[in-house]
Amino acid sequence: MTPTTTLEIPEGAQNPVEPFLRMDRMPHIWCPGCGIGTTVNCFTRALLDSKVNLDKVAIVSGIGCTGRVAGYARLDSFHTTHGRAIPFATGLKLANPELQVVVYSGDGDLFAIGGNHFIHAARRNMDLKVICVNNMTYAMTGGQSAPTTPAQAISATSPYGAFEPTFNLVALAEAAGASYVARWTTYHVKQLSRSMEEVLKRKGFCFIEVLSPCPTLYQRRNKMGDGLDTMKYYKEASKIRHGAPTSECTLSKSGEIVVGKFVDRDRPDYLELLRAQMTESLGERYVEREASCSC
Amino acid sequence: MHADPKGVLTGVHFLDGDHACCEGTLAAGARFAAGYPITPSTEVVERFASRIPTVGGIFIQMEDELAASIAIQGAVWAGAKAFTVTSGPGFSLMMEHIGLAAITETPCVFVDVQRGGPSTGLPTLPGQADMMQARWGSHGDYGIIALCPNSPQECFDLTIQAFNLSEEFRVPVMMMMDECVGHMTEKVVIPEPDQIEITPRRYTKLPPEEYRPFEPREDLVPDMVRAGEGYRFHVTGLTHDERGYPNMSVETQDRLVRRLLAKLEPLANGRSLWETENLEDADVVVVSYGITSRVAQRAIQLARSRGIRAGKFRLITAWPFPAERIRELAGRVKAFVVPELNLGQMVLEVERAAAGQAKVIPVSHAGGTVHNPDTILNAIVEAAR
Repeated sequence: MTPTTTLEIPEGAQNPVEPFLRMDRMPHIWCPGCGIGTTVNCFTRALLDSKVNLDKVAIVSGIGCTGRVAGYARLDSFHTTHGRAIPFATGLKLANPELQVVVYSGDGDLFAIGGNHFIHAARRNMDLKVICVNNMTYAMTGGQSAPTTPAQAISATSPYGAFEPTFNLVALAEAAGASYVARWTTYHVKQLSRSMEEVLKRKGFCFIEVLSPCPTLYQRRNKMGDGLDTMKYYKEASKIRHGAPTSECTLSKSGEIVVGKFVDRDRPDYLELLRAQMTESLGERYVEREASCSC
Repeated sequence: MHADPKGVLTGVHFLDGDHACCEGTLAAGARFAAGYPITPSTEVVERFASRIPTVGGIFIQMEDELAASIAIQGAVWAGAKAFTVTSGPGFSLMMEHIGLAAITETPCVFVDVQRGGPSTGLPTLPGQADMMQARWGSHGDYGIIALCPNSPQECFDLTIQAFNLSEEFRVPVMMMMDECVGHMTEKVVIPEPDQIEITPRRYTKLPPEEYRPFEPREDLVPDMVRAGEGYRFHVTGLTHDERGYPNMSVETQDRLVRRLLAKLEPLANGRSLWETENLEDADVVVVSYGITSRVAQRAIQLARSRGIRAGKFRLITAWPFPAERIRELAGRVKAFVVPELNLGQMVLEVERAAAGQAKVIPVSHAGGTVHNPDTILNAIVEAAR
């Protein structure tokens, strides 16, 4: 037996991320080896490092395992309906542009049921920061196929192997008009945290895809080992290629994972476009909306 | 409080119901609308899109009705008064978010300009077949309020009421218009702002550390907050406790869901809106709403001229249904005649309330046009026999 070391935890000590979390809701629901918690850790560090005013940050989630993130973040937080986090966030942002609005949800939520909202928010360049934890499956409901489930992968609804072509999320985001597009895995905690910090300081529609293991459903069914094995795979298979053409960044079941920041371009965002158009058409008659009315 | 003068177009106008409804939203203080084009409702947001940049607010045309019906809820939690507008198929798509507004107690207004259904049905022609959908369309138990205007003037007046009630009870409120009311043009008087009563949102006075977002007041309605003010509150569509945290216990579910219905009880009878005529001596009471009430008016006149003691009960608040009032009438009249542009929806409520004390005679119509007054008259004559 290996001797165990007892770690003395000084009284009153806390993890630096604790102030960002609803500690009264711990323990969370995520499984051992799941990557969502890792992304939340990165997100809290990004909040810390970006020095944003946390009272002005709102987080919106849809439904699913990642959809639970909003419920653990000690921010103004909204757990909405399946697929509709983005349009909720759109209303929140437009009615109070002072808010920094983050959408945090999963691949099934954002790209299957919510796919239409994603492309339109990107097209409008709505000032939202969309973080998608991609575990390539519907985890909350038991591991069914998603639009991201790669060919040959086994899922609860593709018991003989998935065969539908998948979405390349980063290419989709770029084509739809996103200002910022990056992809990392839960192995790349530093890079992910830095990307998150970058988008918190940036205007426009920003999209970060984070590959994350679902050891309970996806990895187990596909005999890909546990969370640690997935970290090893992410480490070995990932190639950092900033600025890589997103069309070359398609993911597969066990192939290369291109990570990095692919798109970072300046486009006027929705509110800037609105203001410019109204000012041009209406001149002094245009009345900028009140930040939030008390009526 | 009084209406913000910026949104109030005081004066005498000649407007259709859709446009009058839009003016009602502005007078009520709505500064955010999200919509998706659909006949015969689109004029409401077309006018809003034209008016709002000079009033100060946002109109956004969303990618579908699901998006529109949740964007307004985001706007509400940011502090705006907000609404969406739709018809038939779009109303069907909004059902999930009516449930979300109900469980998260998000005050907002859904305008449904009813057309013939089901499905694409009769896009340009009237119907009143969404009445049960308005009440029961989303899954689970919850309460809503639904108002039925029968003129452009009422489209204006009741839209203000709809916003006021949504703030008071924190429920989604439906404006159940129909194609005829939406597209008929009449005189609409818009009063001075200080003649328009507005119910302000009731924000908490408690500091963040003491505030519990879903802790009800004595009237069973919780006080609100808005994002960006340091409360760091949580809102979820899951069953939640008073802190707003998900809680899957049977007790929490029972407490929450019963309260969602119970908070509307004061409205069901004492404060329901209706219009009556000649009930004192009535043998037959015609219960109707929306455009059908105007056709019924003619039928009642014809019946009276023939010596039949016919009375009028016009539902203005369809939900919560004024069951007590109907029950009380049922004890002293022979029959109710219920014409509506559907194959029998609100008539079921009349039947339920009458509880066998009086006959209840439906005058159904599949929609596409209004009733012929003679059809309603015949039913009155039959009922009086």
